Amino acid sequence: MKSDLARLDHRIISDFVDPRSSVLDLGCGEGELLDYLAKEKGVRGQGIEINEQAIYKCVAKGVNVLHGDLDTGLSEYLDNSFNFVILNQSLQQIRNVETVLLDSVRVGEKVIVGFPNFAHIGSRLQLFFKGRAPVTPSLPYQWYESPNLHFLSILDFFDYCGEKGLKIERSAFLGNKRRVRMFPNLFAGIGIFLIS
Amino acid sequence: MQPGGSAGTVRTRQYRFSPPDGFLLENGESLREITLAYETYGRLNPDKTNAILIFHALSGDAHAAGFHPGDRKPGWWDAMIGPGKAFDTDKYFIVCSNVLGGCKGSTGPSSINPKTQRPYGLSFPMISIGDMAACQKQLVDHLGIGKLLSIAGGSMGGMQVLAWLTKYPERIRSAIPISTAMRHSPQQIAFNEVGRQAIMADRDWRSGNYYGGHPPARGLSLARMIGHITYMSDQSMETKFGRQRKEKFKPFKFGADFEVEGYLHYHGQNFVKRFDANSYLYITRAMDNFDAAEGKPLQEVLKGVEARVLVIAFKSDWLYPAYQTKEIVKACKLSGVEASCCEIDSTYGHDAFLLEVEEETNLIAHFLKKALNGHEVTGEYEI
Repeated sequence: MKSDLARLDHRIISDFVDPRSSVLDLGCGEGELLDYLAKEKGVRGQGIEINEQAIYKCVAKGVNVLHGDLDTGLSEYLDNSFNFVILNQSLQQIRNVETVLLDSVRVGEKVIVGFPNFAHIGSRLQLFFKGRAPVTPSLPYQWYESPNLHFLSILDFFDYCGEKGLKIERSAFLGNKRRVRMFPNLFAGIGIFLIS
Repeated sequence: MQPGGSAGTVRTRQYRFSPPDGFLLENGESLREITLAYETYGRLNPDKTNAILIFHALSGDAHAAGFHPGDRKPGWWDAMIGPGKAFDTDKYFIVCSNVLGGCKGSTGPSSINPKTQRPYGLSFPMISIGDMAACQKQLVDHLGIGKLLSIAGGSMGGMQVLAWLTKYPERIRSAIPISTAMRHSPQQIAFNEVGRQAIMADRDWRSGNYYGGHPPARGLSLARMIGHITYMSDQSMETKFGRQRKEKFKPFKFGADFEVEGYLHYHGQNFVKRFDANSYLYITRAMDNFDAAEGKPLQEVLKGVEARVLVIAFKSDWLYPAYQTKEIVKACKLSGVEASCCEIDSTYGHDAFLLEVEEETNLIAHFLKKALNGHEVTGEYEI
């Protein structure tokens, strides 16, 4: 995911985040996003990550990181502990999506969610014409190696937020190299939402 | 082998202090004068912003790194302290002091009581981890250091880190508790109690009045053997000894047949040469009594603490299991203390904090770098 696309999603998220706010990044990986947000916005960041090797990379960047899984990692926090809770590219890999998402809304004043759009035209074409599970820039894994447990589209997420009464304050849709403004559910590889 | 050089030839110094009204201990008693043995490595910078205080574990001492003249064995954490190592003596000024109650140059039950001119023995007052920290603070004052860049230690050393974090948070910029707990579990107390009972059951212990005669060698040795079992893991014992037997010749039916028995005997007997049995009693009791939060929720005590914390634990450590580390981390979360935590995959058990040098170095070296540059980095974002 070290493509321009990944950099672009960091820029969008940075745009959603207030300067000098507190941020909890769930599934922060090697800490690139928190490092970027610290430099761009001066945020006070905290990451949670399960992978030990990724922890070393975070610490090397000076990113605060706690070793643990997202489910227990999140539930220990008090309400509104952070200005922002970020689930970037981790939502689709969590077993209990609903628990984590609703807990994120409790722990953060606002929540930023970024995920790959399964209904992107590339995926649709691969599935339709090739008859095979799609492998695209935003869903780069073969079926047997994918860490993704859930596959959702941008419209799915809209529906879900409506159902749960989550307010979508801002959204951004990313194509291969730039933002997508028309028919995002068809043309966007990644959707990013600011919800509260 | 880790990269990095040796701290070189070092010597233990002593700092003696005697406050006018004596040094008041947490239990209300006081000591008229106290001596702390300590060593330093590296140089204090002109701003005095690069000082790090290292705390030793139960049986450790002030000699953390380098070599004493004529010695072939370096200090107990030499793999971590030296030029280019995790605690880089080219960058940092490292201080390690022996604890109050110890027997390696600091005031403890084997010291001479100035009132009686005889060793304290059991007339030595009951000391606490907090008292140890209070003495170390005296030493830090004496060295002219206002704010420590960091404090670090494993096991009982980690308890001292937590004591500093709760008692003197304004004196530290960061803290590294390793393989430790905010308070002992009944299981940890139980192991310590068996060790104490082994010492006190030795006829030579004589209610602590053995100085000048035979020390309770069998009791202390047995206490150490029990300790060693708890410092290893099932897997590390399997790897190190298996069911290997020693020589075939057996002068006694119940001698040390297996390698693991020989190992425990060797370490038990060796320990007697270097450690005082009464110190073992006092220090293990101080560990058992320790409660970083003193009965309150730890998060309340940590509220407002600005120091950054790096908590390190090891997977196979069953003496200080991961859940105890998680309690410390949880308190950091609830109090808003900036924290990092890593549970390192290791098979060495509790001993891992002395042995998993590469992983610890990885974390600590970077964490300290950030702590040292921290104020400059955050400065960029001000206004």
